[in-house]
Amino acid sequence: MNTRGLRSQLKDSVPVTGLCPQAGPYGVQDSLRRGFSSVKNELLPSHPLELSEKNFQLNQDKMNFNTLRNIQGLHAPLKLQMEYRAARQIQRLPFLPSSNLALDTLRGSDDTIGFEDILNDPIQSEMMGDPHIMTEYKLGIL
Amino acid sequence: MALSNVLEPAVSGFNFENSTRNIVLENGSEEGKIKAPTPMKTGTTIAGVVYKDGVVLGADTRATSDEVVADKMCAKIHYIAPNIYCCGAGTAADTEKTTDMLSSNLTIFSMNSGRNPRVVMAVNILQDMLFRYRGMIGAHIILGGVDCTGSHLYTVGPYGSIDKVPYLAMGSGKLPAMGILEDRFKGNMDLEEAKALVSDAIHAGIMSDLGSGNNIDLCVITKEGVDYIRPHRESIYNYKRQAKYKYKPGTTPVLTKSVNQLELELVHETVQMMETAGSS
Repeated sequence: MNTRGLRSQLKDSVPVTGLCPQAGPYGVQDSLRRGFSSVKNELLPSHPLELSEKNFQLNQDKMNFNTLRNIQGLHAPLKLQMEYRAARQIQRLPFLPSSNLALDTLRGSDDTIGFEDILNDPIQSEMMGDPHIMTEYKLGIL
Repeated sequence: MALSNVLEPAVSGFNFENSTRNIVLENGSEEGKIKAPTPMKTGTTIAGVVYKDGVVLGADTRATSDEVVADKMCAKIHYIAPNIYCCGAGTAADTEKTTDMLSSNLTIFSMNSGRNPRVVMAVNILQDMLFRYRGMIGAHIILGGVDCTGSHLYTVGPYGSIDKVPYLAMGSGKLPAMGILEDRFKGNMDLEEAKALVSDAIHAGIMSDLGSGNNIDLCVITKEGVDYIRPHRESIYNYKRQAKYKYKPGTTPVLTKSVNQLELELVHETVQMMETAGSS
């Protein structure tokens, strides 16, 4: 359930991580792996909802934790975030789809259905990432 | 097939990869602009009225796609819960999908808690969902239902705005329908009066709006149950086929016929016993 945004919480909410090209190891655009970049593509989102959808879960969590902190004190969101971090670590290998059951239960999204469950389900995707490259990227070796 | 240039797994939900391409196509290259196909809208008249024992919802049955009638018997009154129904105007696919998801969410809730959902829950879920997508989902919805707190009628706009009123009309034919409702609505009507009022309101919308037409559907919701009357009033311009257009068997002459036997050999046979005895 979306909390009705309290204006005071939004003053330090998540800065929009835009579409800036992910820097490679030397801080420069990694053309080999991500292809050529164009400034117009990266500065402005092509669809008005693209940025807000990308950061939706993050912003929701921030608002919820802020409200919780104001109502119940600092310890409540700290404890919850610790549980979130623990649950987020229960994953399969990076190229396999994970069910995220513990994380869903904590978030409360295990008994709601949204467009994330119907559209673009990673379990049913036809393509798979290359296992070696994805594992190396996750471990930071790449 | 494994892709070698993907470093992180794909995110579920809406995918905006093609929007840059679409913008380039619409603004046109040197050859000319390419217009995207428009989605099917329902160009509708929908109306709802709260009466003494419950709610009456009504809708026409025409779905248009630009200037052609795409569907003459479209069902615009959707099931949400056993005691809640909703009418949807706007883009046909958007209303269908949104109401389906709303219905699924409420079913999960009733299974979890063992209670019938309330109309305010449906309204809140819909409002959150539509506001999150900033009106890009073109669904103008009238929600009506009877729950433990009484009978309610709400309208939800595509941006998430709601309005709670005893009588409502939405869609492209809402102005003529609202005229009839404003003129003849009174509180605490009885069933026949309420049905006649909604039916006349939809009829006014059908007569005065190009996007509405064909039959009128009604849905009466009370504490006891739901009466889905489809169609309540049929249009007098219903076209009936004059003759059968199927081909008789034997119309196409058979020139040659050949039968090939498939040679199959039994390679391996296993028998697995099923546990059919009753459990202890």
